[in-house]
Amino acid sequence: MGWALIRAYTVLVYLFMFLPVAVVVLLSFNASQFGSFPMTGFSFRWFETLWQNDAIVRAFRTSITLGLMTAVVSTTLGVLAALALVRYRVPGRDMITTLLIAPILVPEVVLAVALLLFLNALNINKSFGLLLMGHVIFTLPFVILVVQARLVSIRRDVEEAALSLGATPRQTFLSVTLPLLMPAVAAGALFAFTISFDDITGTLFWKPGGVETVPTQIFSMLRNSISPEINALGTVMIVMTVGLPLIGAGIARHLANRKGG
Amino acid sequence: MTIEARERRQPWILLSPALAAVVLLLVVPLLFIVVYSFWLRSAAGADTPGFHLDNWQKVLSDRFYRDILLNTLKIAAITTAVCAVMGYPAAYFIARSKGNRMILLVLLMLPFWISYIIRTMSWINILGISGALNSVLLTLGIISEPIQMLYNEVTVILGLVHFLLPFMVLNIYVSLEGIDTNLEDAANSLGATRWQSFLQVTLPLSLPGLAAGGFLCFVLGAGTYITPVILGGPRDAMFANLVFEAIIRQLNWPLGSALSLLLLAVLGALVLIYNRYLGMAQLAKGLG
Repeated sequence: MGWALIRAYTVLVYLFMFLPVAVVVLLSFNASQFGSFPMTGFSFRWFETLWQNDAIVRAFRTSITLGLMTAVVSTTLGVLAALALVRYRVPGRDMITTLLIAPILVPEVVLAVALLLFLNALNINKSFGLLLMGHVIFTLPFVILVVQARLVSIRRDVEEAALSLGATPRQTFLSVTLPLLMPAVAAGALFAFTISFDDITGTLFWKPGGVETVPTQIFSMLRNSISPEINALGTVMIVMTVGLPLIGAGIARHLANRKGG
Repeated sequence: MTIEARERRQPWILLSPALAAVVLLLVVPLLFIVVYSFWLRSAAGADTPGFHLDNWQKVLSDRFYRDILLNTLKIAAITTAVCAVMGYPAAYFIARSKGNRMILLVLLMLPFWISYIIRTMSWINILGISGALNSVLLTLGIISEPIQMLYNEVTVILGLVHFLLPFMVLNIYVSLEGIDTNLEDAANSLGATRWQSFLQVTLPLSLPGLAAGGFLCFVLGAGTYITPVILGGPRDAMFANLVFEAIIRQLNWPLGSALSLLLLAVLGALVLIYNRYLGMAQLAKGLG
């Protein structure tokens, strides 16, 4: 089997991955009335319509608020738990880890049903609060995994040095561990935000009537037919969800370089 | 308080918020729907508590549910197989390529960041009545009328493969990356052809990655809700769609609970088998 053949095959696999997405971006600049081929010209008109569509702007606001709140709560819980798991000898560590990772092992539909029905029995109805709780629970495992992986690589000696030089545990944490941990905290928060921002299955179960996030808004717009507006919205989503992590990685690298140099 | 006692209590203080969240928002709710699945739905007002086997009897004996469950597992299995066939050579290429491995990897990770619903609906632009493929075929004169290629089982599998392929490639890549290339060279120098050394050395050593990728594709594929709604026809419902129907549309929560638990039991059994024979460590590697 020739290397050239494998290379050609790989190119095809990458084309399969990216061609459909590229078509979404391409069509979002189509001047034509319809969200389809042929392209009749280049135009930004669909982005303008998007901006003037109240429902979409509202959905964006909901998604961003929800994503930010999820990121804050999930990252706080996740960092604390990861610290305990890596830095202390906890009896039953493996079991605790499995328990904390469980939300990604349970199918999202099942998790969504269980949470909805249980909270309803407690008289907590479909609401923004329910959405937030749901998003926290399925982003938490990712945050813990990311932060844990990073924590393992921070050497204990540095902390011990600070302690032996007379710093209190709190001072050590705040001025030694936390700064070293910052990239992991940022990565965890970004992860939580993106997963929350992109979620649709759980959200469809938990959202109260009339509240839409960007993905559920797209979903309900798809019911009719694919409009050029959806392609434009897709392009905005792609720029946001791909651009943000890239910017984040850039900032992280910049900070790391500054510290190193 | 002594320092040791404090040292012993500290991790539990740190763990308690996360543990409380998982217990209150996942474990207890799951136990709750176990109880709920034995209740009865009443036409008006609250569901009737009690211990009734009606929902379970319906879920386990009704052919309709069984057929959709089997169909869901079939679709997940085909998707996994297609992902393996498409993903293995690509992962092999990335792992063994001399040059821009970093760029290839970043490109591979990129779909994780691109919205799932956008990636799913993007196929409508390709295969729809007025999609790219139809307009190419029309222009070339191969067809005279646009044909509807969407809304069938094939397009559901296509959408799932598109969604799950990166998981497969990444897991295979991780295990290929960990194989010492000297092993292959040794096999070659002992007279094996490249194809032989691949089949007898590299492929067996990369099986854990293939298994991890396959496991992820299958479990995520079988639990999917959105793809069949967007890319499938009326007859392509998967099991998660049944759950959504029961809970959100029919408001039959006891039945919906039983359906959810059946899905959890089937996929949970897979998780346990996988964990028993292969362990979760390989999966964690793929995630990191």
